Amino acid sequence: MKYLDEYRDSATIKAISDKIFGIAAKDWKIMEVCGGQTHTILKYSLEELLPQKITLIHGPGCPVCVTPVEMLDKAVYLSGLKDVILVSYGDMLRVPGTFTDLLSCKANGSDIRMLYSPLQAIKIAKENKNKKVIFFGVGFETTAPANALSIIMAKKENLKNFYMLCSHVTIPSAIELLLSNKSTAIQGLLLPGHVCTVMGYEEYYPLLEKYKVPAVVTGFEPGDILSGIYLLIKQLEEGTCKIENQYKRTVHKDGNRHAKAIIDEIYVRGDQIWRGIGNINNSGLKINEKYSEFDAEIAFGLGEININEKIGLKYNNKILDESTLCIAGEVLQGISKPIDCPAFASCCTPEYPLGAPMVSSEGACAAYYMYVKKKYC
Amino acid sequence: MCLAIPGKIISKEEKDNILMAKVSFGGAIREVCMDLVPEANIGNYVIVHVGYALNIIDEDEAEKTLEIFDELLSYS
Amino acid sequence: MADIMAFDNFECPLPLRNNEQILLAHGSGGTYSGQLINEIFLKHFDNSILNELHDGAVFEIGGLKLAFTTDSYVVDPVFFPDSNIGELAVNGTINDLSCCGAKPLYLSAGFILEEGFPIDSLKKIVISMKNAAARAGVSIITGDTKVVDKGKADKIYINTSGVGIVYDGINILPKNCREGDVIILNGNIASHGIAIMSSREGFEFESQIISDTAPLNGLVEKICNISKKIHVLRDPTRGGIASSLNEIALSSGLGMFIEEEKILIDEQVNGICEILGFDPLYVANEGKLLVIASSDDAERILAVMKNHEFGKDSAIIGKVTKENAGKVIMKTRIGTNRVVDMLSGEQLPRIC
Repeated sequence: MKYLDEYRDSATIKAISDKIFGIAAKDWKIMEVCGGQTHTILKYSLEELLPQKITLIHGPGCPVCVTPVEMLDKAVYLSGLKDVILVSYGDMLRVPGTFTDLLSCKANGSDIRMLYSPLQAIKIAKENKNKKVIFFGVGFETTAPANALSIIMAKKENLKNFYMLCSHVTIPSAIELLLSNKSTAIQGLLLPGHVCTVMGYEEYYPLLEKYKVPAVVTGFEPGDILSGIYLLIKQLEEGTCKIENQYKRTVHKDGNRHAKAIIDEIYVRGDQIWRGIGNINNSGLKINEKYSEFDAEIAFGLGEININEKIGLKYNNKILDESTLCIAGEVLQGISKPIDCPAFASCCTPEYPLGAPMVSSEGACAAYYMYVKKKYC
Repeated sequence: MCLAIPGKIISKEEKDNILMAKVSFGGAIREVCMDLVPEANIGNYVIVHVGYALNIIDEDEAEKTLEIFDELLSYS
Repeated sequence: MADIMAFDNFECPLPLRNNEQILLAHGSGGTYSGQLINEIFLKHFDNSILNELHDGAVFEIGGLKLAFTTDSYVVDPVFFPDSNIGELAVNGTINDLSCCGAKPLYLSAGFILEEGFPIDSLKKIVISMKNAAARAGVSIITGDTKVVDKGKADKIYINTSGVGIVYDGINILPKNCREGDVIILNGNIASHGIAIMSSREGFEFESQIISDTAPLNGLVEKICNISKKIHVLRDPTRGGIASSLNEIALSSGLGMFIEEEKILIDEQVNGICEILGFDPLYVANEGKLLVIASSDDAERILAVMKNHEFGKDSAIIGKVTKENAGKVIMKTRIGTNRVVDMLSGEQLPRIC
């Protein structure tokens, strides 16, 4: 496939790897922010192609993993209501809330449907006018405009049965939290290429100024990631500190103005809880009150009810405890790697997950389980 | 956080007030919403995430990236 | 998590996760399926023939070595590009028998029909089954039909069971694998799973992706005639070639080493896998054959396969190793080595 295969060429990748070996003189700790980049690194065993001096820290870029438990509980509650169809991206279905997960709710008879695109949510709403269709809209800035367009489409079509349960997170504040955490000691950043496709990368300049950490906007193919690492290591070795753009074929400095306008129109920014991490100021998007008719939280009065009480009864109040063994928060912040966790691959597996990063296939723990676990045992 | 794949626009049309395109991914054709990149034309490559085009792929920049790769190869 | 060790009045061993219900993952051919088989079926049915955990059972009666297998088909949609549930059911059981190293002879066909299912559709399916059986040289000699209330089944479910005679000198058993054996695959992967999904989701293609469903008994017969050093035959269905190779690695106690560049995939099928974030190694096939045989006979087996209708794109994709016992390791297209592990359940499309 064009614009994919060229960046997976083995000779090219070997050449970039050799260059990295050639320039890396000191030890460096760099973070790839996006879960998709982590996935590529592990799937293609890119660490085999890097000198040991370079430590890759995996960032919190898994929107499914960081969706707060309360949102899962709200989705579970809504899916159990009469005449509701809950539609969701696939990986959200397996993530446990306080009592249960959406896949189990589906097994119990709730009408929960998986979708690949918000376009399907609108289609389902049009085809089921007697039902309330609630779209569990999660994601980072990459997915936010597409999710937002579903509200714009619903308004255009005058759909009275479409709602979004909105749980979006935004990257810059999260990166600031990580950079301010001395225990991670991140020295360089591979910025998320598709978030930057939407948002551009101007908003990262203040972070660079404050923390003096160089950054490279990086794509997702093995060739992209290795070039991104090469450019970053070169900066670190030379002592420069700027934002470079490795992913120029897709990313412009000011992003996509249509997408940014839609985000500004539909959402408001605010504080957001990241599962496993806690509250991060100014790191979330909620639906603008102008569009409150589509906001599931308002339409279903979620602010006025005790969700856990409502669904707890159904599940005999058997809480799925966030295990004390689970170090999801440390993994998401790059403080620890999944293989550092004593529960990894022993009592924490995709079948018996203790935390969200093991459930979601985008999560670092699940990726390690799939690609790395058997290297160690 | 973002699985997005490049594909080639093979046709465009407005459907129910939404700008849509048929995009080919190695021969597999999906309907993609073009509301975020209305200026894209047939023959352009776009980067697509959850059924929406996020941006036009800049073919010149893509060429330049590959030229850099070729340079690296010739030095290795 | 709730204490998964706490339960009352149980008869089964460890509860599967902390669910008390069957999940879709239990049918996907991954580790959930494996757990269900081990902890419920094997535990209770327990016998030496079953415990070999082959695609079918191989046993002797009166000096004759027979293979016997059963499989159920619940595919939705019932009609998909170029085939249907009936053809799948016939080919699938023929293939399971073939993978026991047996010549398939007779099948049974059991139908569970949902009230309201069009008789015309049933006719089409049955005619496909007749044609598939005739094409493969087998007979459907017995069957059964049940009808259930509307809503109690999804249109039509078919079970086929089959019996065949094992070829002389052929002893298919993962434990017979040896270090250095070659792993041969007869063509491109993931077409069936993507054809089904595309039919369900309305994907379009420049040229139609069709299921690769095919009877492999002719191909297997040819291979078994020219080599008695075939150690494993497997038709990788649900869970893809990755799941099959993992099962073989575990059963044989050896490593499976494969090369990504040697594994063929149709470009359009690959396009869909890329969009959805699916790894084609785990996507279902219905006409693929994995042959693990002594390297002594590799070239002869490959030549015979390439000369056959269902083996034109056959290639050696890897070899059996002593290292990495129980694991499947793949050399990626970029030259690094990656573990190919079992999936726990279905692949779900990624957004990230």
